[in-house]
Amino acid sequence: MMNSQSCVTILKEWDIVAARQMGREIAKNIGFGTVDQARITTAISELARNIYLYAGEGKISFNIVQSLDTKGISIKAEDKGPGIKDLSQVMEDGFSTSGGLGAGLPGVRRLMDDFDIISEVNKGTTIVTVKWLR
Amino acid sequence: MNRDLRNIAIENSDDIIHEWLKEINLLKNVNYTMDISDKLYESNNKEFVNVIFSSIRENGSTMVVEEFSKKIIHLGWPLSYITDGLLVFRKVTLNTILNKLEEVDPAFIASVLSNVDSWVEPIIRHLVNEYSVSWEHIVSLQRIALQELSAPLIPVMDNITIMPLIGTIDTERAKFIMENLLEGVMRHNAEVVLIDITGVPVVDTMVAHHLFQATEAVRLLGAKCILVGIRPEIAQTIVNLGINFSQLPTKSTLKKGFMLALEITNKSIVEMDNKSQYFNEILGISKED
Repeated sequence: MMNSQSCVTILKEWDIVAARQMGREIAKNIGFGTVDQARITTAISELARNIYLYAGEGKISFNIVQSLDTKGISIKAEDKGPGIKDLSQVMEDGFSTSGGLGAGLPGVRRLMDDFDIISEVNKGTTIVTVKWLR
Repeated sequence: MNRDLRNIAIENSDDIIHEWLKEINLLKNVNYTMDISDKLYESNNKEFVNVIFSSIRENGSTMVVEEFSKKIIHLGWPLSYITDGLLVFRKVTLNTILNKLEEVDPAFIASVLSNVDSWVEPIIRHLVNEYSVSWEHIVSLQRIALQELSAPLIPVMDNITIMPLIGTIDTERAKFIMENLLEGVMRHNAEVVLIDITGVPVVDTMVAHHLFQATEAVRLLGAKCILVGIRPEIAQTIVNLGINFSQLPTKSTLKKGFMLALEITNKSIVEMDNKSQYFNEILGISKED
């Protein structure tokens, strides 16, 4: 089901740019239009920024995924940071611990099609999200 | 002993150079040096090996190395050319010296190894340092160049100012934008500021957050911000993200934003019907002439 993986390590602020450029390139190759490319890049930007801001270190990896009738891009954001205490709270609009807009994770869920989050306090967070080509 | 080994190496320099050149030519294709003409490659190889020998002869002096490194960096040859060249040199020299010696005392071999290493190491260190200094210099120059492009503010009319933003906005740049914006509003006595984001590739929550903060600060100074250059795909992304831009007037293009700015400042663009007459009047030419 999965093939061709590539990943970017997030350590510095500029790695966010590297991650989203790689994501945009992959999305373009799969055949996403400009609107979906913008959605995917923005989602990557949010995920990578969360890693940079809260965990300090982590990685974003990309997969091309295939279903019966279509294909898509799967983005996995992993870190070994502080984790999230209350998942339902961070998925609410307007919740932020850093004084930001608090639209990051709920925004990513709306920008993409599938969204999975696993987080354990003091162990880290893993988010896998997929956008399907229509 | 050190001197002995050095003499052996120098006496057999012809053999060593011969072997080295042979090996280094094999490496030409793996080291990204393919595009370099054979003639230049060979002449540089000869110079390189002579530099190594003169450094050994002069007890690890880096004077000659310095000149050579400048030349190689200027030519833009890869660092791996240098490191591989020196590793090959180490191998060839060890082989040559060990072949010349009859005794095979392990302690002696160890001292041969450490001696040859002490010839090669200072050269490697020096060259790698030179390379990284040159890279760091380029990076810092580019950083300055980027900062200069960061956040220009253009006064187009009395009270109307435009800030075109191009490229990625990171935290550092967001700070610049804020500073330049506020300083510019005061300096140009602006009533309306148009922020053009046509060239911003991604508008995520952080960029939006910084834009909100900047416009709020401008509002506190008594001026108005209009956000222009919102591409359709960016508009859709912003809606999906769930960011509320309703407090901030927005327009799709700079032109429309400019018209709105004129309205706010009670100005309008009037088209003149009789152009020639108008110009004649301006130029002070009367019809009788």
